[in-house]
Amino acid sequence: MVGVRVLVGTRKGAFVLTADAGRQDWTISGPFFEGWEVYHVAGSPADPQRLYAAPSRGWFGQLIQRSDNGGETWAPVGNTFAYAGDAGTHQWYDGTERPWEFTRVWHLSPDPADPDRVLAGVEDAALFETRDGGATWTELDGLRRHGSGPQWQPGGGGMCLHTIVRSPVDPARLHVAISAAGVFRSDDGGQSWHAANRGLHSTYIPDPEADVGHCVHKLAVHPSRPDVLYMQKHWDVMRSDDAGQSWTEVSGDLPCDFGFPIAVHAHEPETIYVVPITSDEFHVPPDGQLRVYRSRTGGGEWEPLTRGLPQEHCYVNVLRDAMAIDQLDDCGVYFGTTGGQVYVSANGGDDWDLAVRDLPSVLSVEVQTLA
Amino acid sequence: MIQVQLPPQLRSLAHVSGVVQIDVPPPVTLGAILDVLEGRAPVLRGTIRDPVSGRRRAFIRFFIGTNDYSHVAMDEPLPDEVANGTQPVRIIGAIAGG
Repeated sequence: MVGVRVLVGTRKGAFVLTADAGRQDWTISGPFFEGWEVYHVAGSPADPQRLYAAPSRGWFGQLIQRSDNGGETWAPVGNTFAYAGDAGTHQWYDGTERPWEFTRVWHLSPDPADPDRVLAGVEDAALFETRDGGATWTELDGLRRHGSGPQWQPGGGGMCLHTIVRSPVDPARLHVAISAAGVFRSDDGGQSWHAANRGLHSTYIPDPEADVGHCVHKLAVHPSRPDVLYMQKHWDVMRSDDAGQSWTEVSGDLPCDFGFPIAVHAHEPETIYVVPITSDEFHVPPDGQLRVYRSRTGGGEWEPLTRGLPQEHCYVNVLRDAMAIDQLDDCGVYFGTTGGQVYVSANGGDDWDLAVRDLPSVLSVEVQTLA
Repeated sequence: MIQVQLPPQLRSLAHVSGVVQIDVPPPVTLGAILDVLEGRAPVLRGTIRDPVSGRRRAFIRFFIGTNDYSHVAMDEPLPDEVANGTQPVRIIGAIAGG
């Protein structure tokens, strides 16, 4: 059956939503890991039945759970994330030195070719890798030790590595994003790194054009354009045409350019989606209207997508990992809200419908397109 | 048999109900009890003590009767009532509201 499987992480567990290619009638299973904060659930591109989930809890720490049957059953795997060597210090909010300390996993990125290999972005910011299906995790410490680490400082959500973007053509090229340090690029599979923040301008830091210190919220890339990266920064929507070596602003005519997620259409590399949010002060949609904005020009010119979305009295947020797209011919776009709704558009954003409406606050949404 | 009472969230996680009974070779210490517990239910590894530092998690406390053993060293022998199974070791999570 051709269809989709939507993996939803929430503040109180994970849910798996399935539908056929029509994407109208949804079967919802869960909660899995009930009561645990699930920052991310991700499926292996190499084996869609292999899923990884990252439940955590302030009382009880981090778990990693794995499913080998598409989410029907789960089993715990390794949850030891030990920083390599002397972890050293980074900056705290007030500029004082603070020892690196593991808090949670924010993002999982399964390898495109090997279901046993996964990258994990964690708080305090670092990149870990498993090559044995999650049994053991090893830090790729070239990132934390590349030079600027001691200057990194947390954003409001903590000092987290929340985004991992793999090059669609070069397995050795990785981009990661850290709040509030910025973008870092590796061309050797994560061994060595350099900052990739040229062109970012952030008025909320002392040097608005500093090499590091930018609160990058999310990155996205299209498989056919490996050198084109899109970014939702704290404020500003940005674009790079040289694989992150430089960035230009493409906020254009957005009503406001603060937001968290950004996604690229599956088949149109210049069609991108963002969800404008009033400001970092309010974290709610402008005017109580939930609007996805779509650009068909790779940024700059934007149109609001509202059909099927609440256009009054709506004050939910859409977090950075809570938007995803599927690969079906008529590209599906999905996002989850802090109010527990998961919205689906089966026609590239023109029309929206609810897949489910009363989940716990949604932290992440991923989609698997099933053949 | 040593008796261990887990907080509800960890009972669910480990798929156990009631008081857990385990054999722990002497000397019976908090560290030895946790070693056996985590061996029997590997999903508990890291949930009560940090898997890297071995330190008790901040929101977890250990009680025997009404006595607080949260700050007793992990390798300190526990009272005979624990070793002979007449008193459970209670592992308690901080109360959360809201």
